[in-house]
Amino acid sequence: QSGSSLRIVSAALKQGQITPTELCQKCLSLIKKTKFLNAYITVSEEVALKQAEESEKRYKNGQSLGDLDGIPVAVKDNFSTSGIETTCASNMLKGYIPPYNATVVQKLLDQGALLMGKTNLDEFAMGSGSTDGVFGPVKNPWSYSKQYREKRKQNPHSKNEDSDWLITGGSSGGSAAAVSAFTCYAALGSDTGGSTRNPAAHCGLVGFKPSYGLVSRHGLIPLVNSMDVPGILTRCVDDAAIVLGALAGPDPKDSTTVHDPINKPFMLPSLADVSKLCIGIPKEYLVPELSSEVQSLWSKAADLFESEGAKVLEVSLPHTSYSIVCYHVLCTSEVASNMARFDGLQYGHRCDIDVSTEAMYAATRREGFNDVVRGRILSGNFFLLKENYENYFVKAQKVRRLIANDFVNAFNSGVDVLLTPTTLSEAVPYLEFIKEDNRTRSAQDDIFTQAVNMAGLPAVSIPVALSNQGLPIGLQFIGRAFCDQQLLTVAKWFEKQVQFPGIQLQELTDDCSAVLENEKLASVSLKQ
Amino acid sequence: MAAPMLRWVGRGRRWTFARVDGGSCHRRGAPTGSTSNRIRGQSSVAQQPLYTTQKPRKGEHKWAAVVGLEIHAQISSNSKLFSGSQVRFSAPPNSLVSFFDASLPGTLPVLNRRCVEAAVMTGLALNCHINKKSLFDRKHYFYADLPAGYQITQRRLPIAVNGSLTYSVCAGKKQSQVIPKTVRIKQIQLEQDSGKSLHDDLRSQTLIDLNRAEGQLRVDANISVHHPGEPLGVRTEVKNLNSIRFLAKAIDYEIQRQIDELENGGEILNETRSFHHQLGYTMSMRDKEGKQDYRWFMPEPNLPPLVLYDATSLPAGADPQQVINIDQIRETLPELPSVTRERLVQQYGMLLEHSFTLLNEVGLLEFFQNVIKETRAEPKKVTSWVLNTFLGYLKQQNLAVSESPVTPSALAELLDLLDSRTISSAAAKQVFEELWKREGKTPGQIVSEKQLELMEDRGALEQLCHSVMEAHPQVVMDLKEGHPRAINKLIGLVRKATQSRADPAMIKEILEKKLSS
Repeated sequence: QSGSSLRIVSAALKQGQITPTELCQKCLSLIKKTKFLNAYITVSEEVALKQAEESEKRYKNGQSLGDLDGIPVAVKDNFSTSGIETTCASNMLKGYIPPYNATVVQKLLDQGALLMGKTNLDEFAMGSGSTDGVFGPVKNPWSYSKQYREKRKQNPHSKNEDSDWLITGGSSGGSAAAVSAFTCYAALGSDTGGSTRNPAAHCGLVGFKPSYGLVSRHGLIPLVNSMDVPGILTRCVDDAAIVLGALAGPDPKDSTTVHDPINKPFMLPSLADVSKLCIGIPKEYLVPELSSEVQSLWSKAADLFESEGAKVLEVSLPHTSYSIVCYHVLCTSEVASNMARFDGLQYGHRCDIDVSTEAMYAATRREGFNDVVRGRILSGNFFLLKENYENYFVKAQKVRRLIANDFVNAFNSGVDVLLTPTTLSEAVPYLEFIKEDNRTRSAQDDIFTQAVNMAGLPAVSIPVALSNQGLPIGLQFIGRAFCDQQLLTVAKWFEKQVQFPGIQLQELTDDCSAVLENEKLASVSLKQ
Repeated sequence: MAAPMLRWVGRGRRWTFARVDGGSCHRRGAPTGSTSNRIRGQSSVAQQPLYTTQKPRKGEHKWAAVVGLEIHAQISSNSKLFSGSQVRFSAPPNSLVSFFDASLPGTLPVLNRRCVEAAVMTGLALNCHINKKSLFDRKHYFYADLPAGYQITQRRLPIAVNGSLTYSVCAGKKQSQVIPKTVRIKQIQLEQDSGKSLHDDLRSQTLIDLNRAEGQLRVDANISVHHPGEPLGVRTEVKNLNSIRFLAKAIDYEIQRQIDELENGGEILNETRSFHHQLGYTMSMRDKEGKQDYRWFMPEPNLPPLVLYDATSLPAGADPQQVINIDQIRETLPELPSVTRERLVQQYGMLLEHSFTLLNEVGLLEFFQNVIKETRAEPKKVTSWVLNTFLGYLKQQNLAVSESPVTPSALAELLDLLDSRTISSAAAKQVFEELWKREGKTPGQIVSEKQLELMEDRGALEQLCHSVMEAHPQVVMDLKEGHPRAINKLIGLVRKATQSRADPAMIKEILEKKLSS
């Protein structure tokens, strides 16, 4: 599947083996073919074709804008896109067309990327399954993979195939499905507690959460401002680095972006050896709920590093167990605050009730938000009550600092990168997933990912191997703040070692096989 | 009261928000009388600190009032506190609204450097401690003209704290006694302005203008009364007072209302009240505007702590565009009004109250100084002309100094003519009136065209006096019969004949000489 990476197709575009319009049309036809995955809320076909046309002109004139020129990308539907509906998968924002582009979207467009569409998510990114949006759940492309189907045939207990499809994880499940099903080469997700890394792990992708402050949040409709970061979903680490190179940097419109110069572009060296590396294994991450398969892959990965000469240390992040409850307080409080603007007055949904402004607010918000969002607003307002503020919000902030300090201490002890699971297990079937409510699921599924957001650290989920059921399992690397490049370099080395088998979706994508023609694209010469 | 501090208010869209702790405002007697000098009046009785009710029971039943003010003032800046959109007075509704101002999802606040500098400067001018690190908070409440559902402000750690403002009030029978006073300033905080709601009761609609509220100044007054030596009373907050006059009126009313309420066995509720401008009383705000939101403040996560530097903490090689240096702002601080007033008194021998007038009228001090620069006339003469004649004409026609038809140079030239005794005072008034007509003539031209030069020729004047006496024998007779005041009539007639060009003293002297001969 390596022929389908962004880097390779970018080289093919530069060498004229494929044109941006051809590439765009192939992706559009794949989007149509995989429509049932529900990965996209809006497909911006006309926009993409027009951008492809312009890109083609640039290539003809030898004025390519760089690696991303002509590359189809998708954007989670919680990033503002000028002139393109941005819904957050909520009734509240149905029909809302932003008049401006999020900085990250603008940067992608400025580098010539083709915007294929806006991807599905949990309403306002609140969830870990991509099952709780107003447009319905996203289906994991791996449900239809050759690998999973073959395993299922061997299993006498497997039920009706159609109803047994798997969730993508979330909340950036639409972006993950879009990349996983080859409808684009990279997608933007957002990551507040693991929303990019979790679906990446479930869909066999690289899911990267940059350091907080490295990439602008301007235009990202917030969940938790102090933890949100735009995330990157790609099929390999190099691709993530290319996209990060395009997005990273200070933004005058986001005062929380940092000014310190960071090495750009993010060219990742190929590590020859890891003998100077120190890998930390946080002992608190070994939880009873962890599936034995994930646990075994985790220790194999540690062994791999050790056998290649790296130092592998057990480290302690003692406040890990408080992370979920602390996150719950901080997240819901910010949600209560951030969601206050959705009152039906200026934009978005407005109810028909006009008895009074208050009645209008109440009905609008009742109709506009789903139970999950309303539940979080309610909890958040409880925590922000004058009488509760000290006991909940302030305390949670203190615990957050302790959690962040845990990481600082681990890194100060000489650890370069932490290695952890990304998820407890592989993706589960939708019917299984919805047996638990959103809150329980989020609490379980964010367990390895969300402390990272509290500390603002960079982290990446790398697909490692297939489970017994033929489903992808990912492991997570966590780096020092603003050492994103070092983190990705280690991840790239690891990726090369594990040789994760790509998804086989031939049945689905046969008609569009040209885009996946490994033989053709494999002949493209790559400059390192 | 904090009236003088309001002077720093400029025109703009952003609010600086100063919490003034007025300390105890002691008064005696029921507040009555005209409102225009109410602020002055309040302070003038401040030396007799205690209220007594009009009908004291059980001996002396004394009350002390405590007043604290929250002053909201707009910063004079080109763009808003957290967005790049412009600030312009009376722009069409919603014409200066950025995506952030409309609270479009995904937009983030970006702090305006000019506003921070203005806040620091205000803090320095008010003797505050400038916090090198300050924080922003969100204050939550739902209201139609607050599109985000929260207001960004500085509650926990504001940009400046613990200041004071010293000012003077005039007291005594002729308001000639000047008493220095001080108010303490608790904090100055940068705060985002809300929008403006326009209620259309007829169609029961509310229209919102997100250009942000008009009006440069708004005050909320917190008021309580207590018996001296006892704990402070329960306070009420009178909101949205938009002039000093109404502020004084509202405070007076509220103090007396609270005293009356307590004396009659009632209790004071901790509530928000509004002030009825026409009828002059405060009333409880039972509607939604009066309700305090039950939610606490939350730190604004999108704005990092605001860090300010001074000469000692400034990092080496810091980009001046990226840092704000308190010491540098201190250097650009203009002369403060109290210093200016003192200088005027010292330098020109001016009365203190005249210095107040000069400073209180926008542009008047500059006008005065420009006249002084260009004229040979005595400063006292200049003061008198600027404060009486010039300011009188302006007031009469409701003009600002900047709209004056008379330039400082023209007045200076006029005063020179007066000083050199080229014209009489009366002629000078005439020339001034001509200048006011904006006909583009200089005082010199007017004097020569109208032949207003002082008659220096004694012979000619004697001749004129003679003729006038001849023409009015009855008046001369009256004089001789022991009615000395009749001479004024003769003087007037001679002056008229000279078209006010002659010195009345000289006329009088000639007439007296002639009469006694």
